[in-house]
Amino acid sequence: MVITFPHMGKVYISVKALFDDLRVRTVIPPPISKKTLEIGTKLSPEMACLPLKINMGNYIEAIKEGADTIVLTGSCGPCRFGYYGVVEKDILKDLGYDIEVVILDAPKTGHLNFINNIKKISGYSSIPDLAKAFRAAYKVTLEVDKLIDLLLYKRARETRVGEADRCLASFERMARQVHGSSQILDLTEQFMERASNIREERGFKPLTIGLVGEIYTLIEPYVNLNIESKLGRLGVEVHRGITLTDWIKTHLSLDMKYRQERKTMLAKAEPYLNLCIGGHAWETIASTIDFYEKGLDGIIQVLPFGCMPEIVAESIMPTIGTDLQIPIMTLSVDELTGEAGYMTRLEAFVDLLKQKKGKVI
Amino acid sequence: MTGKDLYLGVDAGSVSINLVLIDSRYRLIEKLYLRTQGRPIEVLKEGLENLSQLIGPGFKIKGCGTTGSGRLLASALLSADIVKNEITAHGTAVLNFIPEASTILEIGGQDSKIILLRNGVVSDFAMNTVCAAGTGSFLDRQASRLGIAIEDFGSLSLKSTSPVRIAGRCAVFAESDMIHKQQMGCSAEDIIKGLCDALVRNYLNNVGKGKDIQPLIVFQGGVAANIGIKKAFEEALGQRIIVPDNFEVMGAIGAAILAHRKAKATGSTSFSGLASLKKDFTTKSYECHDCPNLCEIVEIRVGSKVKAKWGDRCGKWSSSIESLNKEKELNEGVPSA
Repeated sequence: MVITFPHMGKVYISVKALFDDLRVRTVIPPPISKKTLEIGTKLSPEMACLPLKINMGNYIEAIKEGADTIVLTGSCGPCRFGYYGVVEKDILKDLGYDIEVVILDAPKTGHLNFINNIKKISGYSSIPDLAKAFRAAYKVTLEVDKLIDLLLYKRARETRVGEADRCLASFERMARQVHGSSQILDLTEQFMERASNIREERGFKPLTIGLVGEIYTLIEPYVNLNIESKLGRLGVEVHRGITLTDWIKTHLSLDMKYRQERKTMLAKAEPYLNLCIGGHAWETIASTIDFYEKGLDGIIQVLPFGCMPEIVAESIMPTIGTDLQIPIMTLSVDELTGEAGYMTRLEAFVDLLKQKKGKVI
Repeated sequence: MTGKDLYLGVDAGSVSINLVLIDSRYRLIEKLYLRTQGRPIEVLKEGLENLSQLIGPGFKIKGCGTTGSGRLLASALLSADIVKNEITAHGTAVLNFIPEASTILEIGGQDSKIILLRNGVVSDFAMNTVCAAGTGSFLDRQASRLGIAIEDFGSLSLKSTSPVRIAGRCAVFAESDMIHKQQMGCSAEDIIKGLCDALVRNYLNNVGKGKDIQPLIVFQGGVAANIGIKKAFEEALGQRIIVPDNFEVMGAIGAAILAHRKAKATGSTSFSGLASLKKDFTTKSYECHDCPNLCEIVEIRVGSKVKAKWGDRCGKWSSSIESLNKEKELNEGVPSA
């Protein structure tokens, strides 16, 4: 059994750590590239949202490198992602691939099924081994997210442009080479140190922008045209509305304190939206208000073209913008998004925020 | 003395390259509106040669700003002091000449935008996404299909007595619908008027969607030359629309104003001079094979020296050239609040 899984930002680092610890062989799909997207676009229904197309590309590229089992999470949320697993399985079957697809639905939708799937993909490890590996992978996620956050802080302030990006790139290169959670944690620690040594422009107070929107689009730089790096290079400190850590805490852990915090957080959306309408629309609205309360200068919503829940959220955004007097911009991305127009919008938005703060542009 | 200090603004757009020279009191000295014709470098060179002949000796260019989709290219050639996106450039120009304006409608060759101005700053904006149905190129094409000069387009539409309704959501469908109306026997004037209305409807529903369009409304960009579209906007919005004198070069004027501010703040200019373009510029593009992205890298050389590189997703090539780190440099030049 050689396991692979779709890319979503830095998820692969945690997943690799998990399977390494369980002594299960994995193939990490090659980094998402134009080729990945080309393969995926060819194999997917044209109307499917962008993440599905990229998933398909990931699978095919990973199968070429020897993977024979695909693991992905399912979802019962009322958005198209809930069908990804089944649709992808069918597409692969139609193409004639002899591949096992294991869909991990949330435990609450069928405990036995979940446990059986976990047993299968973990090579029937013992419960204590499983628990240990999951805890370690969770730790990896936390640490990697800390590194990303530190780099977001540094990127806005670095004196030598591109240093934070280079740091992240070499971290990712090396993360693919090391083995197991302990080595990855060591590596993360090394890079935390390297990142904290990045020299900052003294006295420079960057603008602050909160990123909200659909999780895949926010977390995967290939899909959002590396918005974090682009904004950082414009001297903006980026705050993330959704992180992998949040996702794991929400869906997989029993962290009661976090659940309470999340409830309070979602309640902030109350005047505009007070229920889950699928995807991350509720979080988008709640984070927007949360970022406003934290005093951020502006909000950018990012969504994959045609994402229903986010389109609902998009239609609410202008009202929030008027009510709270905070600039909000929505960017929708798909395989046809032109980088030049995207950059123009980001630059113009940053200029707008600067002018609003009375800075000279 | 100061009267002789000029500032150059370049708006390198998809359809036209506009060059302006303004003085330090932002009066327009010269303007050139040139068709890009897919050869931005040559057109820019010719334009600058023309400019230097027009102004003659005795004037000195003290700053240069570039904007438009070709702003990086133009800046690489000219060593501009400031490189700005079109939104900020247009906003700056209008705020300077028509400070009471609240809304800018801008329609160019390949894109259209709406910019809202409040309290003397840009407060919101939107650009058309992937569709070019409501832009100048589309009008150009329809005019040539109907066999009329684009210059006559607007005045013909004013002669319409009963405009037809054209489906303007998509350029392809609009065209089939126009042909349909033509075959039904509708007059060219009525069809043209119908097209103007459709374009405006499309603009307001897409670009202007959900935006608070307040008077005073300013209409600029190449399409503002079309009085038919202006009239259609006035009818749709129920407001008077102002088309500024230099509507077609407002972006370039904005870039020049920003260049002046920047040059004044730093006390110097990085502009390489009008004559500098006489040097030999070569561009080369190649595919980078270092990863499967296969980015198309463009390299700009002056003589044998590599002046700029871009097109790479990872930033490996572009950040290897010092001059392109300008974005950040510009920000760091800003005093913090």
